[in-house]
Amino acid sequence: MNKSRLAAVAGVAVFGLALAGCSGGGTAGGGNDATANLTSRGPITYVQGKDNSNVVRPLIDKWNAAHPKEKVTFKEQSDQADQQHDDLVQHFQAKDAGYDVVDVDVVWTAEFAAKGWLTPLTGKMKIDTSGLFPSAVKAATYNNTLYAAPQTSDGGMLYYRTDLVKTPPKTWDEMMSMCSIAKANNIGCYAGQFAKYEGLTVNASEAINGAGGSVLGSDGTTPTLTTDKAKNGLDLLAAAFKDGNIPAEAITYQEEQGRIAFESGKLMFLRNWPYVYNLAKTDGSSVVKDTFAVAPLPGLDGVGASTLGGHNAAVSVYSDHKATAKDFLNFLLTAENQKFFATQGSLAPVRMSLYDDQELITKLPYIPTLKESIDNAVPRPVTPFYPAVTKAIQDNTYSALKGDKSVDQALKDMEAAIKSAGS
Amino acid sequence: MSAVTEAAPKLPTSNPVRSGGRKRGGLNEAHGRWATYLITPAIVVLGIVIGYPVVSAIIMSFQKDAGLDKATGLFVAGGFAGFSNYAHWLLQQCVSATGVAAACPPGNLGAQFWNAFGTTFFFTAFTVVFETILGFWMAIIMNRSFRGRGLVRAAILVPWAIPTAVTAKLWFFIFAFNGILNSLLGTKILWTSDEWASKFAIIIADTWKTTPFMALLILAGLQLISQEIYEAGRMDGASTVQQFFRLTLPLVKPALLVAVLFRVLDALRIYDLPAILTQGGGGSGNATTTLSILVVDQIRQGFNSASALSTITFLIIFIVAFIFVRFLGANVVQTQASQQKGELK
Repeated sequence: MNKSRLAAVAGVAVFGLALAGCSGGGTAGGGNDATANLTSRGPITYVQGKDNSNVVRPLIDKWNAAHPKEKVTFKEQSDQADQQHDDLVQHFQAKDAGYDVVDVDVVWTAEFAAKGWLTPLTGKMKIDTSGLFPSAVKAATYNNTLYAAPQTSDGGMLYYRTDLVKTPPKTWDEMMSMCSIAKANNIGCYAGQFAKYEGLTVNASEAINGAGGSVLGSDGTTPTLTTDKAKNGLDLLAAAFKDGNIPAEAITYQEEQGRIAFESGKLMFLRNWPYVYNLAKTDGSSVVKDTFAVAPLPGLDGVGASTLGGHNAAVSVYSDHKATAKDFLNFLLTAENQKFFATQGSLAPVRMSLYDDQELITKLPYIPTLKESIDNAVPRPVTPFYPAVTKAIQDNTYSALKGDKSVDQALKDMEAAIKSAGS
Repeated sequence: MSAVTEAAPKLPTSNPVRSGGRKRGGLNEAHGRWATYLITPAIVVLGIVIGYPVVSAIIMSFQKDAGLDKATGLFVAGGFAGFSNYAHWLLQQCVSATGVAAACPPGNLGAQFWNAFGTTFFFTAFTVVFETILGFWMAIIMNRSFRGRGLVRAAILVPWAIPTAVTAKLWFFIFAFNGILNSLLGTKILWTSDEWASKFAIIIADTWKTTPFMALLILAGLQLISQEIYEAGRMDGASTVQQFFRLTLPLVKPALLVAVLFRVLDALRIYDLPAILTQGGGGSGNATTTLSILVVDQIRQGFNSASALSTITFLIIFIVAFIFVRFLGANVVQTQASQQKGELK
């Protein structure tokens, strides 16, 4: 009896081993895949997260009407960024030819490129990037090679109360000096996104970049955080938390909590994305409908450096019809379709000329401000180790903002943690 | 696991009772072959759903995570790692680019292992104790007969019937700075951000959610106790308190211990509630990061190191379960034996 049970256990173990042997690890390949099928045409699939405002379907319908032999099918993912990321990883690992053109968050681009999953947009695959925001192109570039087409962009703006502040502050110090007005009105002065999540990385790198510092050096791997400029930047946030110019509860704020606080009149300044604009104008619960406006983010001595958001479209190396895929990327970049992204989905176009389009300005009055923001925007670190880098920034910034550790120590730890990520 | 191996040899002793009338010794070679055929599908399924993932994770845990080839900027396979992934977690060692092992800096997941370990056991200890006490109390109420008992039973079960993700989101709004709890109490506590407040936010939400499960299991135990025993107790002049400690508690013990075991194992792998309610944050950023949250964080940074962490977590839970079942198994048998003999003590 014991013997047979042993045999059964052994059988299961051997079976498991055999199966385990079949699965490949998650490492780069793609040398040949990247150069295969560059000229072939045929039907392709476009993969993107949930199409909340129905932008993608009309665009694809338009494409399909013009290209009956190279139809695009839309595969819609969930609306959670983490799930979209993991779904893409799984399909790339399985070398799925069914994911031809994929929509990737700007911060995943380097990781996927380094894994060898994205077709470099060079040679036959080259696309025209003139007229696009240089910062958006930079966010799609890894190791001096363009791996994706910028599709939509995003930048932070300063929302302020026009009934309390006549002219918006140009610099951080100016903004802090206005906080006495907020105090007199018994409301919070400034808030951004300071909960420990991706938004904190955005806000911390804005502070560091705005003061002239940077998270990573020009090589994209060496951290440059133990500089005076980086310290100046993070000091501004930490000091504002300490003296109450940023209300203590802002340490729990993501985008939505900040928006709600601003709409209910409890904040004078708010750093947030453009999506807040229409909501604050139309929400029934908004008490600031007619008493707010937007301005570029304030920096140390001028316009601040917003962190760049947005998405890129890339071609999978496993695609069977890369020529069609490339044409589809160009199709997404045309002025007409970029404008559709803005009018239909309030998504910021990557084409600069559209920001002077009168029709667009009438529809989305914040567009000129957003242009200034994206013009000065800095992409988040373009690194294949982004998950580890953002974690290092979040953990240590959070401690510094709560006063658990000094800004100096936080930056030192951040630098060490980023270094340990790349090993 | 050991429950299975220990319980198995005992089965034959109960079998003869059931198949007493049949002819014994009819198990010939053909039967044996048939048995093999019949068992094979189950073994194959076990191999696929249990054997493969476990073995695969263990193999992966000895591989290095992919590293970057500086020249091409592409990832290359990391190769054999030995025990370095385990050292990374257990000794909190990080190997720098030059190959020197040093303590992991804050902000690296490796620096959080023992913190997450402590947090997980802290949650387990507190939630299980609270849930047992409250669950017992609810079970006693549900065990009484009174008007509207069905309604009370259904009402008590509601929290348990709500999916954890929904529960977590509900409590997220309750615990928000401008949320219901702070306005009710008139406090300004940052429930999802302060070190202890966030820990107790998780404990409160988990207790609210899972107490009904404990209550249900304990209620099942209570209903097995015959009313005659209480009558006899009253005849002998036992007070209510004495009845509870001398009659109810010993008799419900087997069911109670099984319930506690379930809850302990469940609490040790807690993920969804803190992941949604506090995103593992609080304190200086990781006050509510449990082992499972750490595993998921690591998966996005490298599978192989995450496999090592999963294996460690698996072993930890296995050891706890083993200790528990050893202790629990002995007790169950003893109580039943003594119960049969009528020794109530």
